[in-house]
Amino acid sequence: MTEIRVAAPATPARAPAAPRRRPFSAASLPGFTAVALLSFAALYLPILTLVVFSFNASPSMSDWGGFSLHWYRDAWENDAVQEATVRSLVLATLAATIATAVATLAALGTTRQGHFRGRTAIYAFINQPLMVPEIVTAVALLIVFGVVRAATGYQGLGYLVLAHSAFCVPFAYLPIRARLEGLDRRLELAAADLYATPLQAFRRITLPLLAPGIVAGFMLAFVISLDDVVITEFVKSAGQDTLATYMLGQFRRTLTPEVNAISTVLLAFTLVLLAGVFLVTRKRA
Amino acid sequence: MTQGPAVEAQSVVKHFGDGPDAVRALDDVSVTVARGEFFTLLGPSGCGKTTLLRCIAGFETPTAGRILLGGRDITDDPPNRRRVNTVFQSYALFPHLTVAQNVAFGLQMLGRPKAEVRATTDRMLALVRLDALADRRPDALSGGQQQRVALARALAPQPEVLLLDEPLSALDLKLRKEMQSELKRLQHETGITFVFVTHDQEEALTMSDRIGVMSAGRLLQVAPPRDIYNRPVNRFVADFIGETNFLPATAHAGQIRLRSGEVLGPTTVSGAITVAIRPEQLRLSDPGDHEAIPATVEGSTYLGTDSHLHLRLPDGSRVVARIPSLPQAEPGPAPGMPVGLRVAPGALQVLED
Amino acid sequence: MTMATPEMTARRRRARAGWLLSTPALVLLLCGAAGPLLVVLVFSFLTKGGYGGVELPFTAEAWFRIFFQRDIFDGTVSAADAHIQIFWRSVWLSLATTLITFVLGLPTAWFIATRPARTRTLWLFLITIPFWTNLLIRTFAIMEVIRNEGLLNSALLGLGLIDQPLQILFTDTATLIGMAYVYLPLMVLPLYAAIDRFDMRLLEAGHDLYASRWALLRRVILPIIRPGLVAGCILVFIPALGAYVVPRVLGGGKNMMVGNFIELQFGQARNWPLGAALSMMLLLVVMAALLVYVRAMAQEGRDD
Repeated sequence: MTEIRVAAPATPARAPAAPRRRPFSAASLPGFTAVALLSFAALYLPILTLVVFSFNASPSMSDWGGFSLHWYRDAWENDAVQEATVRSLVLATLAATIATAVATLAALGTTRQGHFRGRTAIYAFINQPLMVPEIVTAVALLIVFGVVRAATGYQGLGYLVLAHSAFCVPFAYLPIRARLEGLDRRLELAAADLYATPLQAFRRITLPLLAPGIVAGFMLAFVISLDDVVITEFVKSAGQDTLATYMLGQFRRTLTPEVNAISTVLLAFTLVLLAGVFLVTRKRA
Repeated sequence: MTQGPAVEAQSVVKHFGDGPDAVRALDDVSVTVARGEFFTLLGPSGCGKTTLLRCIAGFETPTAGRILLGGRDITDDPPNRRRVNTVFQSYALFPHLTVAQNVAFGLQMLGRPKAEVRATTDRMLALVRLDALADRRPDALSGGQQQRVALARALAPQPEVLLLDEPLSALDLKLRKEMQSELKRLQHETGITFVFVTHDQEEALTMSDRIGVMSAGRLLQVAPPRDIYNRPVNRFVADFIGETNFLPATAHAGQIRLRSGEVLGPTTVSGAITVAIRPEQLRLSDPGDHEAIPATVEGSTYLGTDSHLHLRLPDGSRVVARIPSLPQAEPGPAPGMPVGLRVAPGALQVLED
Repeated sequence: MTMATPEMTARRRRARAGWLLSTPALVLLLCGAAGPLLVVLVFSFLTKGGYGGVELPFTAEAWFRIFFQRDIFDGTVSAADAHIQIFWRSVWLSLATTLITFVLGLPTAWFIATRPARTRTLWLFLITIPFWTNLLIRTFAIMEVIRNEGLLNSALLGLGLIDQPLQILFTDTATLIGMAYVYLPLMVLPLYAAIDRFDMRLLEAGHDLYASRWALLRRVILPIIRPGLVAGCILVFIPALGAYVVPRVLGGGKNMMVGNFIELQFGQARNWPLGAALSMMLLLVVMAALLVYVRAMAQEGRDD
């Protein structure tokens, strides 16, 4: 501290009237920072507005009428919302569990077995839901499940579970595969060298090291299932609204900040899961 | 200590890939390592030494040949059924387990009772002087400490043979020297057979009971360090171990002569040959010494205690002699100066090319 | 010499294990995603049923009807203007979305990639959040902004730039703004990945050789980050082309894109074969775009 104070008076003497120089930076490009900050503002301003107006006392979505939580209470007491929330959570849990289980096996199959004929094909097939437009898959499932419905009379949640599990697979698969590829194969050799059978090596070494990838995969699959609108809208049987399709239905009516409240809760939930993924995947690679 | 073979490789062949473009990593290698021996596989990278080690560990299946452990054929056994343990080059410590859990792993897999696992783990940690760090995770340790965990982990199950795959290559020079004597101490205390792989000839010479020198998938010579150094079987071994002068010469009537006629020493062979002489086996004498070979100084390199003197012989070939460095005040042999050169008795190695 | 070496046996065993482990995922995807697509293909060649659904015989009528229409009275064939208009809207809105997201996304990605290592993760996280946020919520949020009584109009009115609210909602402009808003992160992420690998010392070399900053952008940066650029454009263009939620909520009933038009065939229009043919058509265009992408990437691989 003292050193700085002693040195301070010398500075103006050395450079009396020099304007403050901007340091040269090879990587700075004209206007890029301004556009970038504008983009961030444009991304977040609408979401923030939405969140703020969920606390509006008045039913208007443009005039502020004071702070209130009553839209949250309305949403909480709305039977349709409650039912849709429970359905969304049940569906996301089932779909994410199934998707993560099959994705883990597939990731082991495509990374641990060396290069074999058909591996690229498996990889492409698993990522297929990322490539086909959702509306096309939705229509396809509408047709096929329609036939199954007519033939069996079954109207339950099974259709949604099957559809959601399927399109969640690539989202669960990618982080698990990434984790497996980063995993040192010599650790499994070391385990075998220390008398572990292949099964013991998997349970004691591979699985614990893979766990963060599996957790991340599950959470991403969960978020994706929770957010889906298009496929759910086409596949659901009568009266099987999820939170997302319930909200889509609301857009046809006069909107109240109740939708803002539901959105805010969903947003908060997504944020928590994402932060979870972020923390889990950053831990010891 | 040395009675009965601990591990044997019998005509082991290993090809990588199929068909005509297959790489011959091991080309008919046979070797026997005695019980309690410190055996080193030495060679440049890609010579097949690590492949041989991995065949013994069970990570590679030989294309042909057999591996015997204590006289029993284990060629088709998976790694987890072979009583050998490996110290990996990169250590391969389990990052999610503590130091103690890493060391206990093998014993647990062998189904040893809890009390025994505990006791042995503690003993091993004490042996490598890591008892204080038992509950740390590997990534919180220094390179040298990780190295010792890897050793303790591989020694804990009391393997019949311990395999070490260039375990010291990641350490800096000072630590490497320390670990070399540490390894010797551990081998002495445990009495376990060590098979050690390295490309560092000095490391091999200091630590081993016997050395096997490998090149291009073949085992060229197996002998104690002194014999490897003093009696190399061929030019490759002579060149790879230490520094050597190679001279073209002619053997006739019991004498080896330079092409220009000067006598180097006695022999029993005849014909055109190559001889190898270590630099420290060459002595300087007066230019007038009629039993010495006349040579001309071309330059010198200061090495500290010793100096390398670069000399030219009458037949035009160049040799290096290693001589003690002179005190600073004294002028050394200057370029252009004539000197006499004597070869120490028994220093001449006749090589098959 | 076809003797099975240990390597060959081991490789065969590993290939079998690979397929076996992948089977549950493949079966799930076959039942819940890929398989039904084949049924759609079959439906596109069937005859429209009276009250929805399909009937025999097989015909290419639905595919024909995508582009042409027959006059009910004299049977003359003319271009299906309404369909072509919807296609055209879908394509140009998607292209415009791609362009807008690129213009905004490149500086954003560059900005993130040039932050110090400590704050970079935070900025990256800030771009990831909207990416994972419910599409519906984001569409709803942007709708709130561009409504007649929304933030944008209030601000413009307040500044005195306009004296009556702009009607943006339920127009093509609304769909365009919405799609650009929703798909911007999809452009930024691959661009960031490419810029992150970009060696900034090349810029110093460029400056040293008298290049202006614009020249550097055009002659050095863009050619080198091209894989990320192509990836970003494809990642935005494909979902934009198949968009359903954004045009439905923001474009209103009249300004349909292909996605909404397909839905219409399975709903009120009750023309399942046409809907199926349109779906397959959309899928073909998307696959073509992906093929362009894969080839561009392969080209890149060869250049290296």
